[in-house]
Amino acid sequence: MSHALELRGVVKRFGATTALDGVDLVLGADEILVVLGPTGAGKTTLLRTIAGLEAPDEGSLVFAGRDATHAAPAERDIALVFQNFSLYPSWTVRENLAFPLGAPGRALNPSEIEARVQAAAATLRIPHLLDRAARHLSGGEMQRVAIGRAIVRRPKLFLMDEPLTNLDAKLREALRVELVELVRSLRLPMVYVTHDQAEALSMGDRVAVLSAGRVLQVGDAKSVYLAPASPLVARQLGSPPINLFEARWSDGWWRASDGVPLAPAERPNALAATLGVRPEHVLPTGGSAPARIEVVEDTGPTRVLLVACGASRWHLLVPRRFEARVGDELRPRIDPARVVVWPASA
Amino acid sequence: MSFLALERVEKTYPNGTRAVKGVDLAIEEGEFIVLLGPSGCGKTTTLRMIAGLELATGGSIRLAGREVTLAKPSERDVGFVFQFYALYPHLDVAANIGFPLEATGVGRAEREKLVREVAEELDLSHLLARRPRELSGGDQQRVALARAMVRKPAAWLMDEPLGTLDADRRLEMCEFVRARQLRARVTTVYVTHDQEEAMRLADRVVVMSDGLILQDAPPLDVYDEPASLFVARFVGSPGMNFVEGEVRERDGTVRFRPRGAELELAVPRGAKPGPATLGVRAEFVGVVRGDGRATLRGRVKVDEYLGSSRSLHVDTPLGRVVARGDADAPSAVGEEVGLELALDHVRLFDPASGRRLA
Repeated sequence: MSHALELRGVVKRFGATTALDGVDLVLGADEILVVLGPTGAGKTTLLRTIAGLEAPDEGSLVFAGRDATHAAPAERDIALVFQNFSLYPSWTVRENLAFPLGAPGRALNPSEIEARVQAAAATLRIPHLLDRAARHLSGGEMQRVAIGRAIVRRPKLFLMDEPLTNLDAKLREALRVELVELVRSLRLPMVYVTHDQAEALSMGDRVAVLSAGRVLQVGDAKSVYLAPASPLVARQLGSPPINLFEARWSDGWWRASDGVPLAPAERPNALAATLGVRPEHVLPTGGSAPARIEVVEDTGPTRVLLVACGASRWHLLVPRRFEARVGDELRPRIDPARVVVWPASA
Repeated sequence: MSFLALERVEKTYPNGTRAVKGVDLAIEEGEFIVLLGPSGCGKTTTLRMIAGLELATGGSIRLAGREVTLAKPSERDVGFVFQFYALYPHLDVAANIGFPLEATGVGRAEREKLVREVAEELDLSHLLARRPRELSGGDQQRVALARAMVRKPAAWLMDEPLGTLDADRRLEMCEFVRARQLRARVTTVYVTHDQEEAMRLADRVVVMSDGLILQDAPPLDVYDEPASLFVARFVGSPGMNFVEGEVRERDGTVRFRPRGAELELAVPRGAKPGPATLGVRAEFVGVVRGDGRATLRGRVKVDEYLGSSRSLHVDTPLGRVVARGDADAPSAVGEEVGLELALDHVRLFDPASGRRLA
């Protein structure tokens, strides 16, 4: 079976800046791939290159088995949704939704257009808004219309560039689930770009971590979260962030640079390593070194502790029943089975 | 008398819009209060009236023992923190942080002492001689934060200061704000629409909607014992699950009968017969995988892996129910699962008024 999309060694430069530095990616026939990366990682350039709005300097793009490296955007049959929902403010929702269907070479008859607009509106639960002008919509409604405008076309591929970023936290959370359900029900592939780690973990079949124009790791969310390829990848996922330690091995233990024992281990080949431990894998009791609680934050089901242990600060994610006050002392214990070790390169 | 007290404070604009409709707040010295609500709820207007950037059209505001309702901002001794703004590129880090002190006439020696102190707290001491362009983005933001919080006025007033930051940076900055505030013990009022930020930071969360305070309580009380449907939905990620139905009494037992479903659920003590909306948080919906017995069955439509937990979105005869699942379990998407609601954590609301019943 052919992939919906394949990128082979794609390079894109802007003057002296290399925005994409040899990107290889494949996208399955109805797969959702989330591309995670900080500002400037090359996420938007990646989407624009896939859409044909930028031409790669090197490498190739293959759509459903056919080379499309130099195909015009219109030939690619891709729908792109941006962060800033670009609706026509004075047009009604219906007119905005129908707009892509009137594009040259795509002209449909009016009854077909109306049927598609109605179907998209029903899917996105906005039929009651069809006659309203776009400028009178709330942010969440506008983004629904923008997504609706992408689905009326029935494209072969969705590309979404941080579509939920400008919305309130509460709305973002709800739309994230709706969007996944919608795309799954359409059985279409999607590349979804974000800097939000919760979206990256929860929305995709796989997540690709992008940094400085390179793909650092691709895999299902759980494997990238639990076995990150590098400290850089590890830091991108998880809230609170992963604890990282520059460690040395001696006398059967990995130890922090100040000597605090972190986790027991067999003698490794490289005696220096970076250790990564997720906050939920640090137990609040049972360890040997004392730590002082500096911050206690409740999130509802869990609490986040920031503790000072030796010369370093650790994050712990503990059940909300755990009694903790600023200034209290505890002895955290790292679950040795959950430690990620990146040996120092020679 | 509280350190910062608002009594029946109102704001009505000349066009008749009532942005704030009578707000009472009593804040003790050193407390961290978060005003939480959706856009348009009146939280920012309330903050601006405390700052003196807008004047109340009714009620009174007292700060540090003085009536300040109509006082100028400069007479109130408040520090107003907006979204962290850009640094001065031509000044080094120390001069950037010390700028607000210089502007308010603090002497050189005192200024240097205060700058050193805040720099140490925010782990910036080694950067004081650098220019902003020599710093990473994260360090620049910490410098901006240090500058915003270097003065210790009677109150810090913060209007969505983390608004434009990436999600991963927000958490770190939340911790800096909280740690600095705990050390400086400056009374703080902080405005946000992000409930997670509110929960993390606040001694007390004040939930606002439509110009009114709906609830004023410590974060976990707001989370566990929401005063209304609105609060229950707005606070928590995800918000509470709701089921419409009726509390019935039969043969001396009181039970909840969901609308359109042939089953009964246990209810909290003190529930009275009548129409009700039952609410339960995702972490108190137990998931039974396989064919085990359960009160409720449904199909998992979306299984959100979130690293340290999962959110299972399950379609049931009672509608969509979200359950918090074990992160280590394999994805349950497409599976039929059983659900159990933990009786101790079920809440009842009046479907008409939204108010808490039991």
